[in-house]
Amino acid sequence: MEATHAHGQDHAHDHGHGHPTGLMRWVTTTNHKDIGTLYLWFSFIMLLSGGTLALLIRAELFEPGMQIMRPEFFNQLTTMHGLIMVFGAIMPAFVGFANWQVPMMIGAPDMAFPRMNNWSFWLLPVAASLLIGSFFVPGGASAGGWTMYAPLFLQGGISNDMTIFAVHILGISSIMGAINIVTTILNLRAPGMTLMKMPLFVWTWLITAYLLIAVMPVLAGAVTMLLTDRHFGTSFFNAAGGGDPVMFQHIFWFFGHPEVYIMILPAFGIISQIIPTFSRKPLFGYASMVYATSSIAILSFMVWAHHMFTVGLPTAAQLFFMYATMLIAIPTGVKVFNWIATMWKGSMTFETPMLFAIAFVCLFTIGGFSGLVLAITPVDIQLQDTYYVVAHFHYVLVSGALFSIFAGVYFWLPKWTGHMYDEKLGKLHFWLSTIFFNVLFFPMHFLGLAGMPRRIPDYALQFADWNKVASIGAFGFGLSQLILLVVVLKCIKGGVKAEGRAWEGADSLEWTHLPSPAPYHTFETPPTVN
Amino acid sequence: MLRKMRSLGLGWGAFLMSMAARAQESKYNLPTPESTVAHQIYDLHILIMWVCVAIFVVVFGVMFYSILKHRKSLGHKAAHFHENTQIEIIWTVIPFAILIAMAIPASKTILNMRDASNPDMTVKVVAYQWKWEYEYPAEGIKFLSNLATPRDQIEGTAPKGDHYLLEVDNPLVVPVGKKVRLLLTANDVIHSWAVQAFGIKQDAIPGFIKDTWFKADKPGTYRGQCSELCGKDHGFMPIVVEVKTQEDYDKWVAAQKAKNAAVTMDPNKTYSLAEMKAHGEKVYATNCAACHQPTGAGMPPVFPALTGSAVVTGPKAGHIDIVMNGGKKNPAMVAWAKTLSDVDIAAVITYERNALGNATGEVIQPAEIKALRK
Amino acid sequence: MTGQTAQNRTILKKLLLVSVLMFGFGYALIPFYKKLCDVTGISKDKITVSNTQMDPARWVTVEFDANLGAKLPWIFEPQTTSLRIHPGEIKQVLYRVVNLTDRTIVGQAIPSYGPALAGAYFKKIACFCFTQQTLKPHEERLMPVQFVVQNDLPKDVHTITLSYTFYEQAKAGAT
Repeated sequence: MEATHAHGQDHAHDHGHGHPTGLMRWVTTTNHKDIGTLYLWFSFIMLLSGGTLALLIRAELFEPGMQIMRPEFFNQLTTMHGLIMVFGAIMPAFVGFANWQVPMMIGAPDMAFPRMNNWSFWLLPVAASLLIGSFFVPGGASAGGWTMYAPLFLQGGISNDMTIFAVHILGISSIMGAINIVTTILNLRAPGMTLMKMPLFVWTWLITAYLLIAVMPVLAGAVTMLLTDRHFGTSFFNAAGGGDPVMFQHIFWFFGHPEVYIMILPAFGIISQIIPTFSRKPLFGYASMVYATSSIAILSFMVWAHHMFTVGLPTAAQLFFMYATMLIAIPTGVKVFNWIATMWKGSMTFETPMLFAIAFVCLFTIGGFSGLVLAITPVDIQLQDTYYVVAHFHYVLVSGALFSIFAGVYFWLPKWTGHMYDEKLGKLHFWLSTIFFNVLFFPMHFLGLAGMPRRIPDYALQFADWNKVASIGAFGFGLSQLILLVVVLKCIKGGVKAEGRAWEGADSLEWTHLPSPAPYHTFETPPTVN
Repeated sequence: MLRKMRSLGLGWGAFLMSMAARAQESKYNLPTPESTVAHQIYDLHILIMWVCVAIFVVVFGVMFYSILKHRKSLGHKAAHFHENTQIEIIWTVIPFAILIAMAIPASKTILNMRDASNPDMTVKVVAYQWKWEYEYPAEGIKFLSNLATPRDQIEGTAPKGDHYLLEVDNPLVVPVGKKVRLLLTANDVIHSWAVQAFGIKQDAIPGFIKDTWFKADKPGTYRGQCSELCGKDHGFMPIVVEVKTQEDYDKWVAAQKAKNAAVTMDPNKTYSLAEMKAHGEKVYATNCAACHQPTGAGMPPVFPALTGSAVVTGPKAGHIDIVMNGGKKNPAMVAWAKTLSDVDIAAVITYERNALGNATGEVIQPAEIKALRK
Repeated sequence: MTGQTAQNRTILKKLLLVSVLMFGFGYALIPFYKKLCDVTGISKDKITVSNTQMDPARWVTVEFDANLGAKLPWIFEPQTTSLRIHPGEIKQVLYRVVNLTDRTIVGQAIPSYGPALAGAYFKKIACFCFTQQTLKPHEERLMPVQFVVQNDLPKDVHTITLSYTFYEQAKAGAT
């Protein structure tokens, strides 16, 4: 705090001023905007790495028969794809948005703990190297699935230990990041910025941060138990010593289901900023949005066993978890209705962020519906561990979380770089992504219904057609993402100068009170909000 | 977009209709149900899917109407409402009512599914990495069920058969119309026994016994796959159930019992190298080739090569010990003493020592194995 | 500014405490679930036998099952595969176990029930699974299980399976 304060109001020369330059600037930075940028680039690199693994998976699945790899390598690919995308791509991207936007949106000069912020980020590359490096140790990377189920995960080599340590490091990073965000939001709001005046993005992140603090330690506990079971003779999950393999699933999903909402609540926040902006109309039902988000977060702690309907739970438990899971449809529905009501009788324009936001609402809802189908226990019994589940969570995480990230990047690029992005390329990116996304994942519903299990490297002949279609979609979708890279690089280099309020309908502080690009230090004197 | 999504939705429905008649080879929907529970699940899924499609069409119909009409380019001016308690209550209550309507049939199906009481027969299913074992305690029948698809089909050097990856050497055989109770457990990691046509999927968990049941409507062959990631060959441990008429089933049971009595090669006899090698090749293909590979090249470091291996070409006592009792240093090596007979163990060791690029010329006799067991 | 820093620190400390507590909570879930199972009647082992009265009007089939954990070179089998009994009746069955190896092996049998909820009504009075079993090389042994199925077994349960899985224990005395 002292340091940032010392720089005073001198916005004119942002970058100089005794800051290290070059690489060291990024290693030592405590500036929330720098760290946000680091998070976003890290996440993009992880997206490409995880995507490459996914393309290898789809290449093997292009037709029946084992063509380009051995089954155990296939399992390593699915495991690492999951871990990298969840912990390396989606979560850090949202933390990146939080770093950039939360201080600007609440009128704070920086995050509450800038140095801790720096550590939170720089733990990530360490964890990523552990994960990616594990491909090169004897026996190859972890192959037990990103869910790390015992006892399968108790088998296997050193790479499983590397994965456990990576998860620990990622957990510590997330917890520190979350503490920072909670403290910033609670303590550093500008005068007059009451909780119920905060932009919805800030609200969703506040709730997400609490979820992170609550469940990341539980995951850390679960993987620590795996570690001691593997090496120190404990028997938490080992039936031989009186443990219960299913217990791991209980603990994992106690983390895992809130984790799903950790990946989607900030997305709701981004979409709730974008839709009102491009509808030129205030968000419909702001208060009910806040309550819906909170109730989703609370319900997320009561539904974990819907991931375990086939382990042979008692009937009463199956009924309870089915009802609890179905309830989540209500607050989620409220959100969708609110977004549509926001558009209703607006004055809409359709720039790239809005296009991605609309696609988000539609496609996320499809993911929600398939989630409802899966919530019905008897139907879930048929679909558990099939491609239907794969389709479901990719509709939620790709057309949900990832599309909201795309939307947010296009939305705030003008504020970050001071230039408008190339609208034509942006729209191209949108259309190719949306079309190929559906080509890739919609057929997986059919595959799952027809009974194709997930995580198999080879399949029966009746699944061949749709797998081929999905693989074609995968390559289309994967390659389309390079357009995003081009757009971002072009936008950083130059382009039409962005105004302070780059979007006509934007009304949060970063648009109304700050120029574009946002100066290195902002709101050192807090703005007054009325 | 809407048109695209809607046509996909409708297309999906149309597919379901046209596919309803097709059994087994479903491509778009759940396979034709062949048991009461599967029927209930099938109907439940169709109901919920159509409800979802209907809601989707209504809600997004409204949204796309708005997108078409309320555009700035058409000169539409933004209204400024941002709250309406009444409508917010309505769209909370209506979904709640719909959910209750869905929960009722779903709950009924759960209660029915879970009622494993009064079975006509019991079969015990033990899952191994990567095969199934079926045991009929009442009949004293017990056998392993392995993938029957030849390696060259998987590797693409031979054309793939009709039931590629969904065929086994010994299917589970049950009589039609009888309530079959399954008791499931696993030997190593969690597996899951699933046959969609019967609406059944139950995890097999090491150290725990789980029960479930099915009653097949019609004779026929029904197929499924292991549905919980269980390691390397998770994709290669299918489930095949043959449903026979009571009469055929009884014949099958009698034949199995007779076969059990006859097929066992006499463990007291002395066999020639050629006899043992020939039998050992089969044992090897079924039990060893998955890890050590058909060529004996293995998959180091976890699954060592047998060709030229110090154990396989060294003193036979060490070789017999590791096959019978498992790897002391390498937990991946299974102890075969309890699953394989004396003849099988003797034969497979003889095979390994005289094939796969090894040639010790030694024959191991079943009697030697038998002696070690005592 | 310093007041601000102090406030931030307070929140930091509180949230760190929460995350440490949640780490502990992960571990606490294990006894918590076990307790939950006790309360709801899906527990595995309760040895207390309530005063039971035989119910001669009702029949229950009890099946006996045996499994060996990975790599335990033993033979392990029930001498009786199933029994028809009345709830409340005390019965005994034998399991046979043989060590096939040349070394002494310590094993522990883990019981499991199908359906799982029947476990709460299945009382073992004596069982080889209460302690570790040490088998000398090639030793063969018959081991008893004495049990009673309680009267209050839910009416819709007609068949109970008692299943044991024997696991090798690293060394005698070790966990």
